[in-house]
Amino acid sequence: MVMLYGRKSQVDYRAKLWACNFCFQRNQFPPAYAGISEVNQPAELMPQFSTVEYVIQRGAQSPLIFLYVVDTCLEEDDLQALKESLQMSLSLLPPDALVGLITFGRMVQVHELSCEGISKSYVFRGTKDLTAKQIQDMLGLTKPAVPVHPARPAQPQEHPSISSRFLQPIHKIDMNLTDLLGELQRDPWPVPQGKRPLRSTGVALSIAVGLLEGTFPNTGARIMLFIGGPPTQGPGMVVGDELKVPIRSWHDIEKDNARFMKKATKHYEMLANRAAANGHCVDIYACALDQTGLLEMKCCTNLTGGHMVMGDSFNTSLFKQTFQRIFSKDFNGNFRMAFGATLEVKTSRELKVAGAIGPCVSLNVKGPCVSENELGVGGTSQWKICGLDPTSTLGIYFEVVNQHNAPIPQGGRGAIQFVTHYQHSSTQRRIRVTTIARNWADAQSQLKHIEAAFDQEAAAVLMARLGVFRAESEEGPDVLRWLDRQLIRLCQKFGQYTKEDPASFRLSDSFSLYPQFMFHLRRSPFLQVFNNSPDESSYYRHHFARQDLTQSLIMIQPILYSYSFHGPPEPVLLDSSSILADRILLMDTFFQIVIYLGETIAQWQKAGYQDMPEYENFKHLLQAPLDDAQEILHTRFPMPRYINTEHGGSQARFLLSKVNPSQTHNNLYAWGQETGAPILTDDVSLQVFMDHLKKLAVSSAC
Amino acid sequence: MNVNQSAPPVPPFGQPQPVYLGHHQSSYGGQPGPTTAPTSYGAYNGPVPGYQQTPPPGVSRAPPSSGAPPASTAQGPCGQTAYGQFGQGDVQNGPSSTVQMQRLPGYQPFGSAILAPVVSQPAVLQPYGPPPTSAQVTAQLAGMQISGTVAPASPPSGLGYGPPTSLASASGSFPNSGLYGSYPQGQAPPLGQAQGHPGTQPPQRSVPLQASSFTPPASGGPRMPSMTGPPLPGQSFGGPPVSQPNHVSSPAPQALPPGTQMTGPPGPPLPPMHSSQQPGYQLQQNGSFGPTRGPQSNYGSPYPGAATFGSQPGPPQPLPPKRLDPDAIPSPIQVIEDDRNNRGSEPFVTGVRGQVPPLVTTNFLVKDQGNASPRYIRCTSYNIPCTSDMAKQAQVPLAAVIKPLARLPPEEASPYVVDHGESGPLRCNRCKAYMCPFMQFVEGGRRFQCCFCSCINDVPPQYFQHLDHTGKRVDAYDRPELSLGSYEFLATVDYCKNNKFPSPPAFIFMIDVSYNAIRSGLVRLLCEELKSLLDFLPREGGAEESAIRVGFVTYNKVLHFYNVKSSLAQPQMMVVSDVGDMFVPLLDGFLVNVNESQAVITSLLDQIPEMFADTRETETVFAPVIQAGMEALKAAECAGKLFLFHTSLPIAEAPGKLKNRDDRKLINTDKEKTLFQPQTGAYQTLAKECVAQGCCVDLFLFPNQYVDVATLSVVPQLTGGSVYKYACFQVENDQERFLSDLRRDVQKVVGFDAVMRVRTSTGIRAVDFFGAFYMNNTTDVELAGLDGDKTVTVEFKHDDRLNEENGALMQCALLYTSCAGQRRLRIHNLALNCCTQLADLYRNCETDTLINYMAKFAYRGVLSSPVKTVRDTLITQCAQILACYRKNCASPSSAGQLILPECMKLLPVYLNCVLKSDVLQPGAEVTTDDRAYVRQLVTSMDVAETNVFFYPRLLPLTKSPIENTTEPPAVRASEERLSNGDIYLLENGLNLFLWVGASVQQGVVQSLFGVSSFSQITSGLSVLPVLDNLLSKKVQGLIDSLRAQRSRYMKLIVVKQEDKLETLFKHFLVEDKSLSGGASYVDFLCHMHKEIRQLLS
Repeated sequence: MVMLYGRKSQVDYRAKLWACNFCFQRNQFPPAYAGISEVNQPAELMPQFSTVEYVIQRGAQSPLIFLYVVDTCLEEDDLQALKESLQMSLSLLPPDALVGLITFGRMVQVHELSCEGISKSYVFRGTKDLTAKQIQDMLGLTKPAVPVHPARPAQPQEHPSISSRFLQPIHKIDMNLTDLLGELQRDPWPVPQGKRPLRSTGVALSIAVGLLEGTFPNTGARIMLFIGGPPTQGPGMVVGDELKVPIRSWHDIEKDNARFMKKATKHYEMLANRAAANGHCVDIYACALDQTGLLEMKCCTNLTGGHMVMGDSFNTSLFKQTFQRIFSKDFNGNFRMAFGATLEVKTSRELKVAGAIGPCVSLNVKGPCVSENELGVGGTSQWKICGLDPTSTLGIYFEVVNQHNAPIPQGGRGAIQFVTHYQHSSTQRRIRVTTIARNWADAQSQLKHIEAAFDQEAAAVLMARLGVFRAESEEGPDVLRWLDRQLIRLCQKFGQYTKEDPASFRLSDSFSLYPQFMFHLRRSPFLQVFNNSPDESSYYRHHFARQDLTQSLIMIQPILYSYSFHGPPEPVLLDSSSILADRILLMDTFFQIVIYLGETIAQWQKAGYQDMPEYENFKHLLQAPLDDAQEILHTRFPMPRYINTEHGGSQARFLLSKVNPSQTHNNLYAWGQETGAPILTDDVSLQVFMDHLKKLAVSSAC
Repeated sequence: MNVNQSAPPVPPFGQPQPVYLGHHQSSYGGQPGPTTAPTSYGAYNGPVPGYQQTPPPGVSRAPPSSGAPPASTAQGPCGQTAYGQFGQGDVQNGPSSTVQMQRLPGYQPFGSAILAPVVSQPAVLQPYGPPPTSAQVTAQLAGMQISGTVAPASPPSGLGYGPPTSLASASGSFPNSGLYGSYPQGQAPPLGQAQGHPGTQPPQRSVPLQASSFTPPASGGPRMPSMTGPPLPGQSFGGPPVSQPNHVSSPAPQALPPGTQMTGPPGPPLPPMHSSQQPGYQLQQNGSFGPTRGPQSNYGSPYPGAATFGSQPGPPQPLPPKRLDPDAIPSPIQVIEDDRNNRGSEPFVTGVRGQVPPLVTTNFLVKDQGNASPRYIRCTSYNIPCTSDMAKQAQVPLAAVIKPLARLPPEEASPYVVDHGESGPLRCNRCKAYMCPFMQFVEGGRRFQCCFCSCINDVPPQYFQHLDHTGKRVDAYDRPELSLGSYEFLATVDYCKNNKFPSPPAFIFMIDVSYNAIRSGLVRLLCEELKSLLDFLPREGGAEESAIRVGFVTYNKVLHFYNVKSSLAQPQMMVVSDVGDMFVPLLDGFLVNVNESQAVITSLLDQIPEMFADTRETETVFAPVIQAGMEALKAAECAGKLFLFHTSLPIAEAPGKLKNRDDRKLINTDKEKTLFQPQTGAYQTLAKECVAQGCCVDLFLFPNQYVDVATLSVVPQLTGGSVYKYACFQVENDQERFLSDLRRDVQKVVGFDAVMRVRTSTGIRAVDFFGAFYMNNTTDVELAGLDGDKTVTVEFKHDDRLNEENGALMQCALLYTSCAGQRRLRIHNLALNCCTQLADLYRNCETDTLINYMAKFAYRGVLSSPVKTVRDTLITQCAQILACYRKNCASPSSAGQLILPECMKLLPVYLNCVLKSDVLQPGAEVTTDDRAYVRQLVTSMDVAETNVFFYPRLLPLTKSPIENTTEPPAVRASEERLSNGDIYLLENGLNLFLWVGASVQQGVVQSLFGVSSFSQITSGLSVLPVLDNLLSKKVQGLIDSLRAQRSRYMKLIVVKQEDKLETLFKHFLVEDKSLSGGASYVDFLCHMHKEIRQLLS
């Protein structure tokens, strides 16, 4: 079955046989490979192609499916902006893509897109949870009482006809749908003073999931949920409609005072699992000033590989551009997205898979290479990722197993193969195979080898993922303690020191940055909830669990650039000492891009020097970070929050909260320096952190 | 049969009092006293002529009514009383004393006419003699008197009397005395009657003899139809020529042993009759109007084939009983005609308490002078027994049929609207009765005493007014609430739900779009019609446009709501599939102003038939549809009406799902009642919610098969809605009927979200209610909607003693929201007399109302009891009523005589019609749905509707000259009355038949049908060709006018004699024996007589 295993396979060109180096089974090459020889190797066998992608021709190709689920309890201008964005998106879809529209407020409306003249929609009560079967019955999706022949599976060709009313090829109903969107009204039900609008997000999503489940099971599809506030009724409600009762905060949650949270979470988890089981992914676009219940809904995106976007309003460029970016295309004109993927991991016998962390769900495939210890989503060798884009990553954790009778052969190699089946956005089914092999090293005798091969960035990100994963289910302090312990153990193992002498502690280069990452990780919003709403925490964690390494590192330790007349732009330490009056700072935390004008610069700007021809250089200085920020903005998804602030500005807090508080009100005078900006915080600084770390690492007590 | 058997003892019943009266009297006279009678007779003859002449004024009528005889008959005894009454009458007349009063007009004629002949003797004599005698006497005689009285009633009568008296004088004096003497004995008190009678009876028989003798003479004068043809001899009446077409039939010649016939109608002197020793079976009708009835009254026929009566020992008797002469038994036609003639000309003035209004079949104007018009309230009796014992004895139900929002003819003003501003209507503090003309102002006008509970209340300063010397407020005539029987108050906010003035109501059209509805063309037709119909929604007063908003829903297994907001380019459809938990998917744009959204609505109505043209959906839901409409009104916070157009049994999975449970095998079993009961309680619950929201449901059904009307009509029934049923609807055939009903239903004025309360003065209490409404407690009648066709029937019971002086008052207050959203109170007041004499009760009854009540009572009974029990109960009650009369009020006469109170002489025939109706005795072709449909229809019918429904009108079209443009006089509903050379129209308020005799002249056929011969007429034709000739126009005009009179469009069916369809037609000839086993009138009368006799013995 595992057909092709490039260079790691042992190939007998004469016999046209190859031996699998995972199971050592000998296999015949298929007819297509008849012409191979040592000089005519297929790509699979060339070392430089660690990853090979195959296009599968068999099976019906199904079109892309986009189901918009739109909240209508929005302010007029918000709704207008959203409508425009949606209409715009229609023009970006390939003509044969199927689209559907569900709107909701107090009720949920599933719009039938095929009718002429009169627009027709199916309406559901927003308070009633319905089973998939009920939804399908009510939408008339069930086949009219045709006796089921168990032996004969339902003919797939019936699907289009059944679903056609709700999911239509865009080229057929483009105008219709554009008009329909244009006519969308705010939810007409009156909202009394002191109340929140009744918003049936839970039911709407349930219907969306049920609709796709009934019509296009196991076909790639995107449910795009747009919400402008928290669900306030029905299953999945997050807060009641009384405005005087605020939506749950972390404080409430800790006090076990969030009365709807558990039930709502359960509802959305159930939906997420159903969607995932059918290969459908769910995006959430939440734009509101207050929380919208992302905490409860996060599983919908996290389990299905959907996007989560959080903004203040649909009428912001943040949302508009983010949304537009979803439909960006590669140079072949295909969307940068893939659907309904399964990732299978194969290992050689010395390795076992402990789990994965990322936008996936377990497929519960047990096998010899599955570890008994779970890290992340474990207990399986296959995962389903319903929505993929080029930045999607999964952290996969392995365990080295000691074979009692067969010690790991020195000089041998351990191999891992990742097999990803997915539906390409061109609707092709594809399989991508990545195979890697690593040399074995003995942990006792060859520690140096290991040290040298250590990728501290990857390690930091993987550890961080694990930590964040744990934080979802454990108390914050526990996770921090666990992280600390891990760090200490690492230091103990790889550090060079004299026992009980902290000053003697050294780490080699390949480990040197690691503690610093951990320091920032501990302070990051992924592990600290202080000052963040539960929604924000969920949002940050969501992205942290799916972005690639570089982005993840930015998230852990934001990047700080300095612009001044003293030289070209340069990265500077993420430290309060970097905040100087004559500098412009550009900080990229992934979620925010902050441009901070130092005190002097800000004064100059206020004085309008930049407008004077003689100070054109100042103008350029001001412009430089803006240009660089644009650069980042162009590629970043989701669009970061773009903040332009200055010394003393209220939004400067975004910067101040990230930098290492090397100068605080506690030590400012002690240091007696004039440079830098003191941070009003009781947080420990990196220096203090390192001191403690050293102390503990060298201590024999641990 | 039995009849015969029984016959001997108590043979026939002569009904027509007049006749009888004559006889009786004679007999009485004779027996008791000296045979004054004879003399009298002799005198009569003589006098008769004289009379006739004398009474010239009344004469005209009199003659026909010749019934006069009765008068005479009654007379003996009655006469006196009568006179007494008369005497009073004169006085009273003004006011309208008893029943008679009402009929005064009628009476007069009688008096003159009849009296002359028959009465002359007894009446005259007696009356005079005793004239002053106590009322009691009169009372006893009541029945009889009536006739007598009647006559005298008017002054002219007086004159008339004069003569008679004089004549009589000589002999008369004796008789009088004699009579009196006899009475007194019996009298004891009025009650004494009972005794008296028994005693008298024997004599009666003898009387007949005399009577017979009379008859001839009498006959000479007037034509007294007597029917008595007592069967004894088994002779048939045949003998007697049926001279008079109308009612009078020939008397039975030989047969009439008893002097049955009194009136010797056609000249034929029936000597044989005299032989009469026979127990005359005379029915005495005490019917007062001797004259009128005279003719009809006597039916002394034996019970011919009484077989049908359940109770009766049906076995046919060996003796071939002679048929009772149908002409001799009371004829509804005659009664109706007489009332029309007598009372149709003058307005009915409501100023006097306890007046009996003209019959519902009479056209008359009403002048409101303090009591509610009979168009609003009709009672079974306008004289209520003072004690419950009396009421129990008489068994006459005390009920009022109230039509609070009745439409009035254009000549009559609708009730004044009184606005008391913020203080609202003035009410009694204790019983909460509203200010009305009966309230007594005291203490110089500073206080008023409630006429219902006697509580003394302060008059608010702003309402104060001085009293005049009679104790009346000087502004009494400026204030409707102080001078009129009916008026309206503007309600204040306290009378509104949630203390908020209501919004204007809404109409929601809910259209079944399942396969059946589409295929029959219903949907297309309906949508097309709605486009124009919506411009004619009811509006208030002179409002420019209707305040009513409209909404649209279509449905099959799921519901489709439509957003027709004026700002939309196209309507939007919203489908709700969650029928298990119905809700309204939209708020804004569902209920809209017709004018504003005209374009969108039109577009919607254009598209609906197209959208569903290809539907394959055959299943429908029902309860969720109503639920949806109700929820929509709730969301819009208004009351309103749902128009549901539905085709099939709702079998789709949803609340209120029904199964086909029709089972004809249940008929005549104890389980038959289940056919009338709803299948599930879900609809009651739903109806309750609807009522709470003021959501009235009108249901239009278009079934092709069983749809379980019994269940589907629960909600309309409880919400004050209407049900229309068009079986096997096809556009070509039924379009006119449906559209006409629809137009009328949509346009009619409706009150919404109403509560009705009937308050009564101390002593009686409203205890039971019938109609289309819902009751949460025992006093408040809640009506989600109430239109001008719907009635609420209220039954009263005593809870204390009443007194004659105060009478009994009732006030019906209806709080409702008008079609413009105004909250109003409509008040109807009615004062009734109270009596200590049973005779007064019987004299002031109204049979039509009684039948209305009894039918409703029976139709409700079938829900809980086997149909047979219900029928027996009816028969028993009727027998008890009549027996009580016979025992207590009728003059003594032979037990063999059937004596009916004048006011109730049609009770048997009408009751028989009720008993034979589809609900109580279904024929083979009557479906369960039909029965349930009729059952609920009758529940809210008014008196006029039940009258014609149970006794259809049969109009000969070709009898009278073509030029004659007035409506032809009806004929009795019997096949015997049909002549095969004529064409007839028959209508009962729901059906309209045109029956064509087989030997109708070709010319007539040509001018009416446009074909050359009878055989070319299409049977079952539903539309007559429009032809340019007099006859055709006349018939068309007549049909149109008939239709205009009824609240539902009657589809015409042309029936040819001897055709298949004739069976259907014959079903409506209610005097005949019906195929389903219903008794003929004659048979039933015999049966009734027997029952009565059993009770008496």
